[in-house]
Amino acid sequence: MTATHADYRLSQLDQLEAESIHIFREAAAEFEKPVLMFSGGKDSIVMLRLAEKAFFPAKIPFPVLQIDNGLDFPEVAETRDRWVQRLGVRLVIASIDDAIERGIVVDDGKTSRNRLQTPTLLNAIEENGFTAAFGGGRRDEEKARAKERVYSHRDEFGQWDPKNQRPELWSLYNGRLHEGEHMRVFPISNWTELDIWDYIGREGIEIPSVYFAHKRRVFERDGMLLTETPLNPLREGEVVTERTVRYRTCGDMTLTGCVESTASTIPEIIEEVAAARVTERGATRGDDRFSEAAMEDRKKEGYF
Amino acid sequence: MAMDLLRFATAGSVDDGKSTLIGRLLFDSKSIFTDQLESVEKTSQDKGHGYVDLSLLTDGLRSEREQGITIDVAYRYFATPNRKFIIADTPGHVQYTRNMVTGASTADLGLVLVDARHGLTEQSRRHAVLLSLLRVPHLVLCINKMDLVDYSEEVYKKISAEFTAFATKLNIPDLEVIPISALQGDNVVQRSENMTWYSGPTLIHHLEHVHVASDRDLVDVRLPVQYVIRPKSDDHHDYRGYAGQVAGGVLKPGDEVMVLPSGMTSKIAGIDLFDKEIPEAFPPMSVTVRLEDDVDVSRGDMISRVKNAPEPSQDIDAMICWMTTAPLRPRQKLAIKHTSNSARALVKDIQYRLDVNSLHRDLETKELGLNEIGRVQLRTTKPLLCDPYSKNRTTGSFILIDEATGVTVGAGMIND
Repeated sequence: MTATHADYRLSQLDQLEAESIHIFREAAAEFEKPVLMFSGGKDSIVMLRLAEKAFFPAKIPFPVLQIDNGLDFPEVAETRDRWVQRLGVRLVIASIDDAIERGIVVDDGKTSRNRLQTPTLLNAIEENGFTAAFGGGRRDEEKARAKERVYSHRDEFGQWDPKNQRPELWSLYNGRLHEGEHMRVFPISNWTELDIWDYIGREGIEIPSVYFAHKRRVFERDGMLLTETPLNPLREGEVVTERTVRYRTCGDMTLTGCVESTASTIPEIIEEVAAARVTERGATRGDDRFSEAAMEDRKKEGYF
Repeated sequence: MAMDLLRFATAGSVDDGKSTLIGRLLFDSKSIFTDQLESVEKTSQDKGHGYVDLSLLTDGLRSEREQGITIDVAYRYFATPNRKFIIADTPGHVQYTRNMVTGASTADLGLVLVDARHGLTEQSRRHAVLLSLLRVPHLVLCINKMDLVDYSEEVYKKISAEFTAFATKLNIPDLEVIPISALQGDNVVQRSENMTWYSGPTLIHHLEHVHVASDRDLVDVRLPVQYVIRPKSDDHHDYRGYAGQVAGGVLKPGDEVMVLPSGMTSKIAGIDLFDKEIPEAFPPMSVTVRLEDDVDVSRGDMISRVKNAPEPSQDIDAMICWMTTAPLRPRQKLAIKHTSNSARALVKDIQYRLDVNSLHRDLETKELGLNEIGRVQLRTTKPLLCDPYSKNRTTGSFILIDEATGVTVGAGMIND
């Protein structure tokens, strides 16, 4: 709550919030057809909350886009639906299964669904004529993201060219586009994982239950704890046990690992995050582990 | 007291120990994670380095790792119990001046690093000039590698005096000179036992305590209107709010305000922050202002006070940093973005090129090349609501955009 400040100081969360709201308003005013990429994960929920604040009491003036990879946690999907319903925003769903069926992407059985998300997303952007897509990327997540602009320009193939980014100064964002190009806009670029949790705690907003400690049947693979699910058959030697765990990120259920934790409230999670010695992606994202430049390569192709 | 925020910019090359210093700050404040450190250790080993190369933490792009240099601005985050820090980490070489300018544009504090063995160099002077030009209000000179000069007080005093003399020619309201060893950790987070003659703060102590709240202008009311909020719903049928981020001054309900460029006046009926009415708004809050009268306000307009408003002008006199290979020349036409306002601009004259190493003004040059800075006169297609950059870094700055490519090609700071 921002009340009278005798010394006119804003807390860092208030400053981050103000910056993000500024970015939302700027993009909504300048782009013809923006969309917000909404996964139902904590970062995209914070992003949606900021969008709600930016335009209140009016409704959010753009739809939200969900890439349905068929491998989402059911708890995440439920939370996502409640948010969409409460805010009365239009939900656009682009499904990977549908994209495979239509021949937009090819499932060769070897490529992870994570990589199939990129062409599915780019196709949805193109088909709907979206000129800007808000993403929940944060610069503290990964080295390649640390250099990405708030307004990240994509060419007509949806590609990001890290060596040829537009300079971004002050709070002046350049939204110029040519036909067929689009912009990725990252309103929470300057937030850290801890800021996200502090904000969720402060705002008292709903996030999926998988972020809190719960009992789950899991097995170990490549040093990560994965959930038992028919979508992810066990390999030889893998044993399922029940443990008390929580998720630090919510991605593809078959690739996202959980951590053993008893943190069942936001303050407990904050305490745990503050003490954590491994980044959230390093700990639990199989998709980022393939090479040092895995994220940079996927981003160049047009990933989130 | 809630945690606040400090944005600071560093410039320098690997040789200065800049990456080591940032690595040290992140490491000692426990902001480096095990997996990041392991990855850096592994890469250092693979490359045959005899030590853990902390610069690998910050040089994120493939091309940077290949070349072993920082090319682009990288943003880094760390926090102590009282403050969150955003570091804009920029390369130091002259061919990356535009990246330094970019990093400095949002910084509250600039950190200049010199090697104690070499003293001030052309590069460190240039960094100070750029920070001063960008009106970064606080400057810290870190004299690094003190361990290699036997922690000599004489060396510290000599470099300090030389820099202080140089700084008097610049706009640097606040200067602190700190002797450190980033490699050994002296005076970065831990107070040095090797320099008992030094009684000033450690770097982290200074970063945590430097007073930035009064850097903002709380007198001259400036609210660039970004977006007009009209819900058009039954609950809020007549709601009409002007949304923007406060760039200056304090706004309160009941205040008499003037809307530019129309010059119409009204009173503030209320200020909203999401679903709450707030008693006052100040920088850098993003708020929505409602007015008592039904005046015509749209994006690009500015809300200010009746007797204290920016000067609408089509003639802009500014310092411009040029950021693309094709040079800036007179008669060129460009798009200009200033606050939430866009227009077209014609380059009327390039008055001089500033040598950022010597501060010499080259009056002969009639163009600005990549990474060059000069004083330029522009004529815009419509009046912009400008303040001098020295008074307000938000309403005094603009970017120039190439209309054909859409690329940001210049950054401008409006002169007094």
